[in-house]
Amino acid sequence: MKRSKPISSATASRRKPRSRNGVAELRDLQQHFARAVMRPPDRNQRMQSRAADGRPMRRVASEFIKPNDRLTAFERLEIYNRSYWFRLLDCFHEDYRGLRTVLGDRKFERLTSAYLSKYPSHSFTLRNLGDRLVKFLEENPRWTRPRRDLVLQMARLEWAIVEAFDNEKKTAVTADELLDKDPRRLRLDLQPYITLLKLDYPLDEYMVTLKKRGALRSEASNTVELSLPAPRRRSIPLPKREQLFLAVHRHDESVYYKRLEPEAFRVLAALQRGATLGAACAQAARSAREAAAIASRLKEWFSSWSALGWFYRKEKS
Amino acid sequence: MPRAERVSALGVPTSEMPANGFNGHTDYGIGIGLRVPHYNHILTEKPVVDWFEIISENFMCDGGRPLRILDQILEQYRVVQHGVSMYFGNADPLDREHLKKLRRLIKRTNTPWLTDHLCWGSVDGSYSHDLLPMPYTFAAARITARKIREARDFLEIPIAVENVSSYAEFHVSEMTEWEFLSEVVELADCGILLDVNNIYVSSRNHDFDPFDYLDNVPHHRVAQLHIAGHTKYEKYVLDTHDHPVISPVWKLYAHAIQRCGPTATLLEWDARIPSFDEVHNEALKANQFRDRVAKEAALA
Repeated sequence: MKRSKPISSATASRRKPRSRNGVAELRDLQQHFARAVMRPPDRNQRMQSRAADGRPMRRVASEFIKPNDRLTAFERLEIYNRSYWFRLLDCFHEDYRGLRTVLGDRKFERLTSAYLSKYPSHSFTLRNLGDRLVKFLEENPRWTRPRRDLVLQMARLEWAIVEAFDNEKKTAVTADELLDKDPRRLRLDLQPYITLLKLDYPLDEYMVTLKKRGALRSEASNTVELSLPAPRRRSIPLPKREQLFLAVHRHDESVYYKRLEPEAFRVLAALQRGATLGAACAQAARSAREAAAIASRLKEWFSSWSALGWFYRKEKS
Repeated sequence: MPRAERVSALGVPTSEMPANGFNGHTDYGIGIGLRVPHYNHILTEKPVVDWFEIISENFMCDGGRPLRILDQILEQYRVVQHGVSMYFGNADPLDREHLKKLRRLIKRTNTPWLTDHLCWGSVDGSYSHDLLPMPYTFAAARITARKIREARDFLEIPIAVENVSSYAEFHVSEMTEWEFLSEVVELADCGILLDVNNIYVSSRNHDFDPFDYLDNVPHHRVAQLHIAGHTKYEKYVLDTHDHPVISPVWKLYAHAIQRCGPTATLLEWDARIPSFDEVHNEALKANQFRDRVAKEAALA
């Protein structure tokens, strides 16, 4: 290739603009581009031949993208379309390994595509890609059939893991600080990284099994992926029904599951809802026998929870 | 004895260029990207590395392991922040919450300068998580430059924008990519993170001479250089950061530092990541080109 004579970088500034398109024109072009890029691919993982409005995508692409001697406008746009979907599907594969295993690869990919079409990413970080997945599943029962509870609970658990991984840790209240406090006035809240889950399946054990065969969550970068991870056979049997109460939390910067007694779960849930300690214990006890059980175990529970740094004091009591 | 000064095409002494206002007047050497598979090696072996580049978004969280790792790295190493989602080229305004999170991270890392891409990536609040190509128009340049200035004023730190690899061109474009880059950085009065691999990739995809690109950007604004590997397909080249740097890209790199001086250089390796030593050794190959330029400058 012939190299041209160096020119000053100011050259472009001195030229007269051909058009005066401002923010509105830029937005219009970006909307066109984004609509095409975010349109789900066809069965063969290629860009769909028609746009959402029914027009041929080849015509749509050629309206704003130049072809070259090797690629049509459609093919150039398709590079971005495929890259978008593979990047997001790849992220979902990593963050929702449990859900993928429960649903199977094919249904999981169709679900991901449907979810992201309805709720495209609204955050700068891929970490938040699944923050409306549970809502979507509740709105669209066809994706959870025939195992509605299992699918929904797995989605809730996997989002809880995302939250436990890097949510804020506020200054914890120590066990000593709780001594001599009036339980009728004491309000505590759970750390933002803790999620309480009532489950009908032992999904904690299921996730531990999956993790042994899994990989680390990947990071953001600006590279392009044009292939998906290879599908895997469902080699782990689905869990059998067993009710349990779980706290998904973080300790020493690792995510853990802690099984809770039902009464303990209810005390924590009431505290999380804003009840005072006294009210939380009262709400958690459904009978005189439970009240006695709570009273006898409360010191032990709070000693353990405080040691884990689970509580912080609400700013306003 | 004062060192003889070599003068760039723009009349700027190259010996003064690597440390400039756009990289916080620092004189960083060869760095590599901080990546998860290398955390353990870095924290236990503490290898000698001049600096690490971090992807800002991976640490713009409120707690947990990412920030603990980062703090451990910061105890030992210099870190420069590189972003992938500021999207200066968006028609949408800058996201204030994003900027606030970024400012908190900047206070933590003390990065001397901050980089992100000359691209767009979201519209009407929907994010592509990609680095999408700009239409090279004067209006887009003005909009983009205004937002770079706005971000710099808010973050109070030098900003350099990186040229991206691209696979599509727009009918509405009014200038070349390098003219657009130059227009934006002059209007914004900001730095350039010149990615020579991206120049190579785009030159293959859009049939231009990459040396024209290198010769025609304002060299005195180059704060940092990027090198990386890519993947060739039958009809186009894809920026994949999953291979060593190929010879034509090293030639471009050599040309770039002849123009810009031995500027802070970073090797990106983001997929199929090999051992730490393999990545670091690949990055250190840049030294032979930097040394050559330094010797030439001394002899001139």
